[in-house]
Amino acid sequence: MPILTKEEAQALLKKVLSYSKADECQVILSGREGGNIRSALNAVSTAGEVSTLNLAVNAVYGKKTGTATINEFDDASLEKVVRRAEELAQLAPENPEYMPMLGPQNFQESIQYNAKTAAMTPETRADMVAKSLAVTKAANLSAAGFLENTTGFSAVANSKGLFAYDKSTDVTFTVTTRNSAGTGSGYAARGYTDVSKLDTGAATKVAAQKALSSVGAKAIEPGKYTVILEPVAAAYMMENMFRFDARSAEEGRSFLSKRGGGTRLGEKLMDEKVNIYSDPFNTELPADTWTAEGQKLEKTYWIQNGVVKNLSYSRYWAQKKGVQPVPGPSNIIMDGGNTSLEEMIKSTERGILVSRLWYIRMVDPQSLLLTGLTRDGTYYIENGKIMFPVKNFRFNESPVIMLNNVEALGKPERTISVESYRSYLIPPMKIRDFTFTSLSDAV
Amino acid sequence: MKRRNFIYLSGVGAGAMMLPDLSAMGRPIDQERALEAIDVKVKKELADTALNVAKSKGASYADIRIGRYLTQAVITRETRVLNVANAESFGVGIRVLANGCWGFAAGNVVTKDGVAKIAERAVAVAKANAAAKIGGEPVQLAPQKGYGEVSWKTPIQRNAFEVPIKEKVDLLLTCNGEAMKGGANFVNSTIFAINEQKYFASTDGSYVDQDIHRLYPNFQVTKIDAMAGAFETRAALSSPVGMGYEYLTPSESEKVQGVVTRYKNRYDMLEDIRNATKNAAEKVASKSVDPGKYDLVLDPSHLWLTIHESVAHPTELDRVLGYEANYAGTSFLTLDKLKSGNFKFGSKHMNIVADRQQPGSLGAIGYDDEGVKPSQFDIVKDGILTNFQAIRDQAHMLGLKQSQGCCYAQSWQDVQFQRMPNVSLSPGKERLSVDDMIKGVEKGIYIVGNGSFSIDQQRYNFQFGGQLFYEIKNGKIVGMLNDVAYQATNQEFWNSLAAVCDERDYRLGGAFNDGKGQPSQSNAVSHGSSTALFKGVNVINTKRKIG
Repeated sequence: MPILTKEEAQALLKKVLSYSKADECQVILSGREGGNIRSALNAVSTAGEVSTLNLAVNAVYGKKTGTATINEFDDASLEKVVRRAEELAQLAPENPEYMPMLGPQNFQESIQYNAKTAAMTPETRADMVAKSLAVTKAANLSAAGFLENTTGFSAVANSKGLFAYDKSTDVTFTVTTRNSAGTGSGYAARGYTDVSKLDTGAATKVAAQKALSSVGAKAIEPGKYTVILEPVAAAYMMENMFRFDARSAEEGRSFLSKRGGGTRLGEKLMDEKVNIYSDPFNTELPADTWTAEGQKLEKTYWIQNGVVKNLSYSRYWAQKKGVQPVPGPSNIIMDGGNTSLEEMIKSTERGILVSRLWYIRMVDPQSLLLTGLTRDGTYYIENGKIMFPVKNFRFNESPVIMLNNVEALGKPERTISVESYRSYLIPPMKIRDFTFTSLSDAV
Repeated sequence: MKRRNFIYLSGVGAGAMMLPDLSAMGRPIDQERALEAIDVKVKKELADTALNVAKSKGASYADIRIGRYLTQAVITRETRVLNVANAESFGVGIRVLANGCWGFAAGNVVTKDGVAKIAERAVAVAKANAAAKIGGEPVQLAPQKGYGEVSWKTPIQRNAFEVPIKEKVDLLLTCNGEAMKGGANFVNSTIFAINEQKYFASTDGSYVDQDIHRLYPNFQVTKIDAMAGAFETRAALSSPVGMGYEYLTPSESEKVQGVVTRYKNRYDMLEDIRNATKNAAEKVASKSVDPGKYDLVLDPSHLWLTIHESVAHPTELDRVLGYEANYAGTSFLTLDKLKSGNFKFGSKHMNIVADRQQPGSLGAIGYDDEGVKPSQFDIVKDGILTNFQAIRDQAHMLGLKQSQGCCYAQSWQDVQFQRMPNVSLSPGKERLSVDDMIKGVEKGIYIVGNGSFSIDQQRYNFQFGGQLFYEIKNGKIVGMLNDVAYQATNQEFWNSLAAVCDERDYRLGGAFNDGKGQPSQSNAVSHGSSTALFKGVNVINTKRKIG
């Protein structure tokens, strides 16, 4: 079994460390197992299962490091991998940015493991997909989807006494529904730690409703519009912004760089309704509680009331700058407001409801200008009502400008990025002056 | 191209060198271990064990891939080596057909017992889907004769994994030093090497042993104007290649002179980084473009990406049919458009060829990942759509009697599926140089190197940036432009193709990490072309201010 318990992992890592002769030694054990079903044209196209277990040893002499790994676990193999890491370290060039290993830390266990998700089988996956396909077949639509569950664990220990263990589960489901004429398309994406929250049939119903209601799209002129972004669209739009890295900002090559030098830490960069933070103990979106280096991950504000509150500092960069290290985001949560999607539509004189965005790429890192397109349900709103579906737009817009133009926020929902498949907790949002630059015939 | 399993080396803000997330590529190993090989006899025994178990459990067809995937990354910035990482990923993937459904399982316990268990799991997966009646139409595999025991190797002159790390580090740090000396504020540089040692066997009687090599040297030079709060970057004009380390031995005959030096089958990294350093400073000081219609002269170092996104992806049959609807997208092209025999994708100058045997290309192989020898075929002929890309379980949909050899899996732990071969624009038949092409342009932009890219899910509307933009006025290059991106509708764009330079200018560019499929898989593929002229394309200005 590739998923070891805390006690099994600790005993194994302790044994590996006992072979070490280096100045410092760190060992990481990680295992993963899971399965997936991919479907298209209302049928399964591929399905599979994967399992792996690996041990990595990092040996250090002074500022010289070497890493070796192995997937055999008899005593001779364990000793061999330690010796090999040590030989490599002796041969390596010095790394001037190397930071000494951390000693023992107190970590709270994460809450990202669920036994039901870990117990999923090919049969339970097949049943869940069958429920989704039943919806599209009944609606005379064609579904293409993907269901994947993963159970993983990782454990780290070092020669200074650090030990940490964590295990997690994740299940994601996405589905695209299309009509046979190719004139309507809808989408839904769900991600959970606990599989019992996943209702593939309900998610597919949402996608089917989008597909049916997006038929007969009319072309309207591109330009600046008030937009209402559903969470899956908003999360993808903002994902490029989420590193909040101090080093690139201080080097002058980031949207967080200040004109004339320095960073924009402490500056008001966005509307005061914007609050973005990480919190590994959020029950909706649990995350890791420690980093591979053995740093504790805690609730950290990145943007508070529109002001840049924290930037992430690696241990090396923090020491160089004489500040405390701040690990990067463990997860991303954006606070919402009380406005429902219906109320946002009702209060809109003229605007566009955007269900999903697609193929977002950086155009200019200085302003964080991004380009991409709408898809899977884009609707024209006039005088508080959805009037008709419209053809998809290409946009050129910066999430920083967008978050300056916030009119209203709704209730945050767990959603996944359609690019990275990472989960986020993001509200629907109403934004003024969003820039669409051309039309697309794509459905 | 997708970014799962990829990280930004130097921050999103730096705009960008995207590097593989090494932790996702496999486990790190030492240099010596990378040169070990696994005895082909052992692989055959394991394969026969797995195929027999699959058949005994009820599979009507089975194949096994025993894969050893080696990667090496040397990553530097300025005067420092950030990482030297050797990684190995070793394991087995088994695909079976049982009760008309596909099943797949993979694992890294490569023993007779281990592969037998994986084979059993693959059959169980196929049967679970068949029992749930979610399998759809039974799979139809195009017939494929067994080749017996065969092998193929990328014809390299120098194995990158045998080149000492020190030599790579010295090259990169020398390049970085040149950039800093030339006035760059920051420089990142990398050499990335891949070696796929893969063994394929199937119940059709093929046992294929292959040794495939790819190499990608790259850098990014950054120039900062702190007072203005502005920065510009210029990436390498290298290309990822299906070659050994010989690609990094400069050769004058492989250089293309012009407004900036570009490269064919050999790359001069030191020269390019000197040029890049000048270019980055020029970009900071260059004029912001006036939006409007321009004639575009597109260098092969730029055009490969436009071909990749606008021609190669929409002619993948799985997209056309809807198999990628939930991830990579579908296509504006349809079977009806193909069958009509008169769908005018582009002008008469547009000739697009698929070829997995092109020397030095990323897609070059002897056999694909379901044991098929690839063939060369036309995708667009004189502007008319003539074919799509297909594999064994799709060939019948095009009325083909055999697969076109377009099957690939990124590793042993991923299932193989349809991936694009090298897809290239053929050079013009009439003699035409780049200088002569530019002489004929009244108001235009000459674009070198690839930059930002985005295209919709059916490949109608796209937007591309670049590395270097030169303004053309009345047949002459008059200076550099900035903040340029062009937006177009695919079919309209290719019908505006007015000329293609001849074969003297033909070069390959390529994608080292093209993403598709769920779970997402990366494919490496080259796209060749000569410089081409597109008339009257819409150009936008991308400058914005924040805060």
